[in-house]
Amino acid sequence: MHPLAEKYLRKSSLPTLFCPGCGHGTVLNCFIRAIDDLGIIDGLGLVSGIGCSSWVPVFVNTDVLHTLHGRAIAVATGLKLANPRLHVVVFTGDGDCLGIGGNHFMHAARRNIDMTVLMLDNYIYGMTGGQVAPTTPTDSRTQTSPYGNPEPPVDACKLAVASGATYVARWTTAQPAALVKAMKEAIRHRGFSFIDTISQCPTQAGRYIFANDDPTKLLEVLKTRKISCAQAAKLPEKELQDRIVTGKLFEDNQKQEFVAKMYSLMETAKG
Amino acid sequence: MKAIVIDEIYCKGCRLCIMNCRQNVYEISSVRNAKGYLIPTPARIDDCNLCLTCEMICPGMAITVKGDKDEE
Repeated sequence: MHPLAEKYLRKSSLPTLFCPGCGHGTVLNCFIRAIDDLGIIDGLGLVSGIGCSSWVPVFVNTDVLHTLHGRAIAVATGLKLANPRLHVVVFTGDGDCLGIGGNHFMHAARRNIDMTVLMLDNYIYGMTGGQVAPTTPTDSRTQTSPYGNPEPPVDACKLAVASGATYVARWTTAQPAALVKAMKEAIRHRGFSFIDTISQCPTQAGRYIFANDDPTKLLEVLKTRKISCAQAAKLPEKELQDRIVTGKLFEDNQKQEFVAKMYSLMETAKG
Repeated sequence: MKAIVIDEIYCKGCRLCIMNCRQNVYEISSVRNAKGYLIPTPARIDDCNLCLTCEMICPGMAITVKGDKDEE
């Protein structure tokens, strides 16, 4: 085992329960590198909902809340308000964050509460057997759309920017070094930071959407589809339909942060 | 001195390290671990440039790359 894993993970719960080649393991790997570089293991509060993605923080040997399906951000809001010194990081999946917890996500972004949301986006509900998620591409076959998905997918980053998040980035598991850097930036950022992490799912998305259950081939798909935001800006909208625009998409350091505002309001109310 | 250690207990034989190595250091071996996964082996360790991509991409955190980049 890697020395960092030895230092930060719960050895009793290892090896991870992820399928061979699952990108969520890579995200866990990148996350422990980020917290090792920042040196904040004692000031962390990790919150997750339900799903494969929500198992990621459970392996980290720190304070973890494994909450209801979709309600991770709601619980994290309470945690951050109760203890503003904590670095609150939410691990959530695409279905958990955008489908079931969609309105919590929008309103936490609107409030600009100081937390980091890592959305592990594998295009499908993986743990429950491969149902259509809000990010499933149009026309792709899944367990619940055997004739092709009739719905267009949602762009989580655009939703986050529109709702009022102040740090928005998108990376894939094929770019682990950039992902570590983005996680560090997002945790340091004061305000609502959101990273859409595109991850491969060989078992469900691989078999149904990409018709290929080999993790190396799925990572190859991510590598060919990814495009940096600088390059994407030069291309017309039509050519970006199947591409994954990666990079730091938005940052704003001026907007009022919710917890600071709330505490100053409490001081005023005390009189 | 460079060395790559692969922990057989945590490796799930997904081959992401083999595919992501730009120097083509790894090869799949015929050794199976207790769960029956084929374990990769760093067959061309001298070609390794210590970029640590394999370490970071490994979902099981089974790979440890040892060596000092300054010595290169």
